[in-house]
Amino acid sequence: MTTAISITDLKKTYANGFEALKGISLEVQQGDFFALLGPNGAGKSTTIGVISTLVKRSSGSVKVFGKNVDTHIYDTKLDLGVVPQEINFNQFERVQDIVITQAGYYGLPRKLARERAEKYLRKLGLWEKRNDRSRLLSGGMKRRLMIARALAHEPRLLILDEPTAGVDIELRRSMWEFLTEINEGGTTIILTTHYLEEAEQLCRNIAIIDEGLIIENTSMRNLLEELDSQTFILDSPVEISAIPIFNFEDVSVCKVDSKCIEVTIAAGRNVNEVFSELDRLGIEISSMRNKTNRLEQLFMSRLNENGLK
Amino acid sequence: MFTNHKYIAFETIVIKEIRRFSRIWLQTLVPPAITIALYFVIFGNLVGRRIGEMGGFQYMEFIMPGLIMMSVIQNSYSNVVSSFFSQKFQKTIEEVLVAPVPNYVILSGVIVGGMARGLAVGAIVTMMALFFSDLRIEHPLITITVILLTSAVFSLAGFINAVFANSFDDISIIPTFVLTPLIYLGGVFYSVQLLPTFWQVVSGLNPIFYMVNTFRYGILGSSDVDVYWAFLILGVFVVGLYSSCIWLLRNGKGIRT
Repeated sequence: MTTAISITDLKKTYANGFEALKGISLEVQQGDFFALLGPNGAGKSTTIGVISTLVKRSSGSVKVFGKNVDTHIYDTKLDLGVVPQEINFNQFERVQDIVITQAGYYGLPRKLARERAEKYLRKLGLWEKRNDRSRLLSGGMKRRLMIARALAHEPRLLILDEPTAGVDIELRRSMWEFLTEINEGGTTIILTTHYLEEAEQLCRNIAIIDEGLIIENTSMRNLLEELDSQTFILDSPVEISAIPIFNFEDVSVCKVDSKCIEVTIAAGRNVNEVFSELDRLGIEISSMRNKTNRLEQLFMSRLNENGLK
Repeated sequence: MFTNHKYIAFETIVIKEIRRFSRIWLQTLVPPAITIALYFVIFGNLVGRRIGEMGGFQYMEFIMPGLIMMSVIQNSYSNVVSSFFSQKFQKTIEEVLVAPVPNYVILSGVIVGGMARGLAVGAIVTMMALFFSDLRIEHPLITITVILLTSAVFSLAGFINAVFANSFDDISIIPTFVLTPLIYLGGVFYSVQLLPTFWQVVSGLNPIFYMVNTFRYGILGSSDVDVYWAFLILGVFVVGLYSSCIWLLRNGKGIRT
């Protein structure tokens, strides 16, 4: 399989002495949906900045589809689409003009640029707004416009830096569907987000970056398998008189309120067994949910481990 | 990137620049036209009638090339400095920086955009001048060449100002404290022959003096300077400033961290 992006020993120290990247190495395979996670200031945006050449690296190398960004600057940029964290289009320009102009920078003839603008503005639900000044768009629409702009030249690799920040849940889910669709169409996607549910839902592989270092780089499945326990919130339609006592040592229960209990189940314990036990105790369950997002639980534990080091 | 792709990118930048200053025409095209019209009315018509001749021409005829040149210089400069600094400030410059557009294409597009505004205002001012005086062009080729080179020089200078500027104050310092005095002391309103020898020598250090006088030579056929020397100076400025701008872009000064 071709490597979409290959980063080797990447370091970046800013002019003020801040060491944003301390030598990260990372590979993302073609066709992947990859999550790059980390707390604020961890180095995610700097990494994206270096890939997109907006940030000058101190040392290390970056290859896009096997080509070095220094020696094949034009080919690598043609393969790359970037959706930055901050709104960075001219807010006085019309929506359609922003996409057409971006396509022009990539050498697309005017007619093709118009067709691409229509295609992606329609897909992202912005076609009706095409003649509006972009400053009149809502926050969510501005984010979608940046995605349409980044796709105008149909790059093989799309990097999204917190694309759903500040976007309501309905819109976020429609963006997930859209991103899944283009990923299934063959576009490799690298996503940074603070919504860990989003990363868990969309991404197959993951890297966690903290204080300029990669502290985890694995598949989502492997990472989630490392959870040593999961906590569920179970709701009952009737009052639960007493805290149920299980026959299993690796399951603990506490009461949240009269109709709700919290059950922590160790990894390896079958959830069906827990439900059978609840049935035996005569406790009816109407709904269940994870107490915290599973990825969030792992993410916090990795950051804590890194902090202890 | 193929040549036609580069041309499309260049054309895109130029169209964007022209669209920008056309969209805000009340700020970019009308005020300079009104200012220069006032110069024509007050200095050329009212005061000029009492002055009589200057350098062998009616005062109105004498100042007309200088006033056209002044509008071209100011508008070429201010278009590039304000447009490029705004792009830096709003980070919209990232749109073109992430794309496969070579630095010389970015620079050429921005500079041609600045020249377009300078020449558009110059054309408006020239049309207004026709209300006050007949315009005859003695040397059309020299007139066109010098106006193109001058607008290129000041567009490039505006670009350098924008690269180094960190605030909106920084983009008004050079036009106010450097450009305006150089223009006023560049022989727009008077012939250098009127000055004492010392100030004639000092005027010779002002590049705008050569540009104004060469343009005047193109229109009226009379100049205080050697036209070939003036073109040499203009050529040196274009090459020197262009090279500096490319160096700044290559090093990412002010645009890449």
